[in-house]
Amino acid sequence: MNKKQQKMLVRIIIATFMLIVLHFIPATGILKLTLYLLTYLIIGYDILKKAGKGVLNKQIFDENFLMAIATLGALALAIYDRSGDYNEAIAVMLFYQIGEWFQSYAVGKSRRNISALMDIRPDYANVERNGKLEKVDPEEVEIGNTIIVQPGEKVPLDGIITCGNSSLNTSALTGESLPRDVKQGDTIISGCINMTGVLKVQTTKEFGESTVSKILELVENSSSRKSKSENFISKFARVYTPAVCYSALALAILPPIFRMIFIGIDPEWDEWIYRALTFLVISCPCALVISIPLSFFAGIGGASKEGILIKGSNYLETLSKTKYMVFDKTGTLTQGVFEVNAVHHGTLEDEKLLEYAALAESSSSHPISKSLQRAYRKSIEASRISDIQEISGYGIIAKIDNVSVAAGNSKLMERLNIPYKDCHSVGTIIHMAINGIYAGHIVISDVIKPNSKKAIDALKKVGVEKTIILTGDAQKVAVQVASTLGIDETFSNLLPADKVAKVEELLSKKSKNTKLAFVGDGINDAPVLTRADIGIAMGAMGSDAAIEAADVVLMDDDPMQIAKSIKISRKCIRIVYQNIVFSLAIKFACLLLGAFGIANMWFAIFADVGVMIIAILNAIRALHVHKL
Amino acid sequence: MKKTYKIEVDCANCANLMEAATNKIEGIKSATVNFMTQKMIVEFEDGQEHGSVMKEVLKVCKKVEPDCEIEI
Repeated sequence: MNKKQQKMLVRIIIATFMLIVLHFIPATGILKLTLYLLTYLIIGYDILKKAGKGVLNKQIFDENFLMAIATLGALALAIYDRSGDYNEAIAVMLFYQIGEWFQSYAVGKSRRNISALMDIRPDYANVERNGKLEKVDPEEVEIGNTIIVQPGEKVPLDGIITCGNSSLNTSALTGESLPRDVKQGDTIISGCINMTGVLKVQTTKEFGESTVSKILELVENSSSRKSKSENFISKFARVYTPAVCYSALALAILPPIFRMIFIGIDPEWDEWIYRALTFLVISCPCALVISIPLSFFAGIGGASKEGILIKGSNYLETLSKTKYMVFDKTGTLTQGVFEVNAVHHGTLEDEKLLEYAALAESSSSHPISKSLQRAYRKSIEASRISDIQEISGYGIIAKIDNVSVAAGNSKLMERLNIPYKDCHSVGTIIHMAINGIYAGHIVISDVIKPNSKKAIDALKKVGVEKTIILTGDAQKVAVQVASTLGIDETFSNLLPADKVAKVEELLSKKSKNTKLAFVGDGINDAPVLTRADIGIAMGAMGSDAAIEAADVVLMDDDPMQIAKSIKISRKCIRIVYQNIVFSLAIKFACLLLGAFGIANMWFAIFADVGVMIIAILNAIRALHVHKL
Repeated sequence: MKKTYKIEVDCANCANLMEAATNKIEGIKSATVNFMTQKMIVEFEDGQEHGSVMKEVLKVCKKVEPDCEIEI
């Protein structure tokens, strides 16, 4: 509770207490009026002041004005009627203040809760100076400095581990609870928590550019991109309040005049003015205006706890309408890490063939040669290799242990006039020839992520109508992946520019109300991510380009998160609609009842405060998305 | 040029009114008031003196909501 709220709470308690005591004191006449007026001023002086200021500033139609007119009117009526029932006016003011207090408390609390969820900001960095550890502000650490991260501490800056190994808890960033093992030479991302060992880290980024800062900035700005529902509500509120005020005025004047002139019966001025005042109490648009942004804020907060960063409430809205899901293949549905899958037709032992291949390709940094070296497992002795000749687009010819080895594609074999056997497997084929004689081929292929199949099924279950793969890879590979995963359509051999054209074509074909999402790993995908209705980047931890270009960022590279983000958006949008419909329905029902004189002011204050409290509680539900 | 200012405002509708009022001020390309994070994001027209524009913003916002604060 802040100071303002504490002060308000004290005023509420005093006023409630006085109201109860006054009920039992048999005061009458002027004394009674004075005591009640005193209570009224205690609880409502600030509202009166604000209403006065509003009128001076020509900002008439705000809640303060409505409440001031309604309660002062009720007081005046009670004096005019000599009923002595001042309770009503004070109670209305009291309940209004309780409602406002609750709103400010609940919003403040959920704001803090959501901020706490996203609390990945490191407080300090340990720097070694003169042999002693010193805690400094992460912003003071420059690129290339060495920092020390002890077990239990947050990694304050992005960097490379120069010494030590440990496991990292990345759950604050990715929502993934399994710890990640890291060792010397690995890159490390700020915001993770170091769990077991002491790490020496050489920083590679300044604090302002590090992952933590980027994420915090993204999340803090996220609810500034307003959704259609939010814009609808603010426009609605702008029209609604004046409309109700004029209706109230009409209600107070027209029926009595009508009765007086046309029917010739008693105008009952006080009755109609009372109804008009009830109207004013109901009219406050608070419930709507507060609960909609709160729902979105809670939804975005809950999602970021799960490692799904959504850049704005408008994207939550789009995400919930997604029917077309377009995937990039490599790195999104597959791991993007090539592995040696098989060795065929080898004239030597597989091990030996792999050894030759790994040695021959050892000087290349191509992902394929890396995967060969990984499969070979042993370290490469550079002295065994000589006369390396790399023929770009073909392969490599080298001498290993004085044996001539050729490793490359079928074109290389043709060029060397070596008869080779074609392969029926899907993947990249490396043909090998030793001393000019064909020695078999190695099949290298990308591996489908373990969760991809489940993820596609989950997407279909949440109502995605069409799944499509766009890839730069060969058709054979794309079709095989698509049929394994149950994907509806594939377009292969696409250059990055072709992908944009294809997405545009798909966008023009679909109906307006359905949305198209593109999921990529953020590398080379930036133009497509921006072009689609909504761009989702996966495994984006540490990749600035992806965080910039995408609308939804999945910190983890688990494809199951895609379906989860759609479910979160649906839940959030559902809550938003519930709140809109519920608040409006109750408000209009009460306005109608008020106009016919069925609802009194007590009823009206429930319509205002009660609906707001229920709407706020409902909005907070959007935060709980873990089990979706 | 976009800048973010910390604000203090108690009611969501007032935040909306502040946003609408700020957007009408000369020298401001667009302004968003984020009630949940209590921030105002202002995009200025080119060549505008931020300080004087923001003074005007504060004046206008105080008119629609006397209780609000903007940390300039």
